[in-house]
Amino acid sequence: MAFLELENLTKRFGQQTAVDGLWLGVEKGEFVALLGPSGCGKTTTLQMIAGFVEPTSGAIRLEERDLLAVKPAQRGLGVVFQSYALFPHMTVTQNVSFGLEMQGVAAAERTRRVGETLELVGLGSFATRFPRQLSGGQQQRVALARALVIRPRILLLDEPLSNLDAKLREEMQIELRQIQRTVGTTTLLVTHDQAEAMALSDRIVVMNKGRAEQIGPPYEAYERPATPFVASFLGKTNLVKGVAVRPERIAFAAAGLAGTVRTRIFQGNHWLYQVDTSDGLLTVIRQNTGEPMPAEGAAVHLSWTTG
Amino acid sequence: MKTAPYLLSLPALLLFAAVVIVPLGMTVALSFHDWGQYKGIVPVLILKNWREVFSDSYYGEMFWRTFRIALLVTLLSAVFGAPEAYILNRMKSPWRGLFLLVILGPLLISVVARTLGWALLFGGKSGLVNSVLLSMGLISAPLPFMFTETGIVVALTHVLMPYMVLAVWAALQRLDPQVENAAITLGAGPFTVLRRIVLPQAMPGILSGSVIVFALAASAFATPAIIGGRRLKVASTLAYDEFLNTLNWPLGAAVAVLLLLALVLIVFGANRWVERRYAQVFG
Repeated sequence: MAFLELENLTKRFGQQTAVDGLWLGVEKGEFVALLGPSGCGKTTTLQMIAGFVEPTSGAIRLEERDLLAVKPAQRGLGVVFQSYALFPHMTVTQNVSFGLEMQGVAAAERTRRVGETLELVGLGSFATRFPRQLSGGQQQRVALARALVIRPRILLLDEPLSNLDAKLREEMQIELRQIQRTVGTTTLLVTHDQAEAMALSDRIVVMNKGRAEQIGPPYEAYERPATPFVASFLGKTNLVKGVAVRPERIAFAAAGLAGTVRTRIFQGNHWLYQVDTSDGLLTVIRQNTGEPMPAEGAAVHLSWTTG
Repeated sequence: MKTAPYLLSLPALLLFAAVVIVPLGMTVALSFHDWGQYKGIVPVLILKNWREVFSDSYYGEMFWRTFRIALLVTLLSAVFGAPEAYILNRMKSPWRGLFLLVILGPLLISVVARTLGWALLFGGKSGLVNSVLLSMGLISAPLPFMFTETGIVVALTHVLMPYMVLAVWAALQRLDPQVENAAITLGAGPFTVLRRIVLPQAMPGILSGSVIVFALAASAFATPAIIGGRRLKVASTLAYDEFLNTLNWPLGAAVAVLLLLALVLIVFGANRWVERRYAQVFG
């Protein structure tokens, strides 16, 4: 039996089914992402684990114990909220220390662990600041430290990076992954950002309309999508005669499917093409190798191997 | 050109000067004039009125009573108003609007009418509550309400509570609802969440509400005039009496100016303290 088990988990709000019979096992130390568009039930799932929402039916087991029988305050989970939900009237230290105080940890031990955790997230010198005096990225780190310091059985991340700008988000992805590896906490991430899910997690759960469409390692879900929804949600994809072909797998060749370049967009490390063919408009991504590339209006041939 | 903003604010400044600054200056000047039963107001510069206000314990008692009433009203408004605002903030859509109307409704009614309502309920033997309780044999004498400090405090609290609720509610609306959930996941019980998370964040609202309620309670006229009457005077009814009954305008002016100065000091002091205390935290 897995560390965390969701068994036929279902949540209905009136007529609407938010989560529809979800089965999921998360191993100890694993990083799993719940990925899907808004309204797919991923956040509701997280809220049921955290205890803010009561499931309509199904069970949640943590280390083989029924988690639903435990009050939210006693579950011992670390949650990082999308808005960070820091305590605005407390300093960074007081924020991080709060959970330990609730556990009745002695003051000396508290100071030591808060210091350790702040070092871990790189905020050692910001201990006496208030949240308002920190940047978005720093607030994010405080939220992470506050969740980690209580040594949670599971770390729940609710769209933790969505309020950061693109560059910072990428940096935080790498850092988040490193921190999670260091402390080894079992982690469940909720996100709508496929790049984030693939970058961070050991396995992703692609959700749609309350159901898990595919559960597997990111590479597998990307290369062998189980459903058309997964194929279209994870990255860009072309449907050629019912077969999904990734744009980066299509090459310009001497022979193959004939077409005309409609648009060409330069994106630094790669070129993004749209090519008119007898099979419709196909997206093609070619790496920028410094070679000359076909211009707009050029007649080209496309070839690819499926496998 | 930087003159445009000044020119634009000139009409308002003139109006303000004409109806506030000038009469205020005249009142201050008046407080230094002499007055006698037969000679009337004599425009000289003496400290007689101020000396009287500060030396006669009659005035000291009245100012102390005003302060005591305002403080009690502020405390009661906070104790009842803050939880009311918290509950209001947690209500769902149709109920919230309805109860907001219930809370703000009294503001649509004249203070005089609202205070007279209390007089109708508790005024002497014929007051509704008193007569019912008397006829039921629960009390042997009518509950003292009219001409008591308790009566003034109760009626003023009722009149001024909406200001407290609104101030606290405004503070609570800025509160991220997830913050309470965050505290719960860290192991805090409902009481701890209220005490350590919600209350500190509502505090700026409670304090600014308190400043408003205190200032309004200390300078209130209609309610103390109706409930307290001539028998139980506060600073504002005292000034009124000096002006319109004794006709000792200079003494009334001294009382009025002293009340204004005390209020300005207290309100500005409290405001600065609140701002300094919370600038770092809430900005």
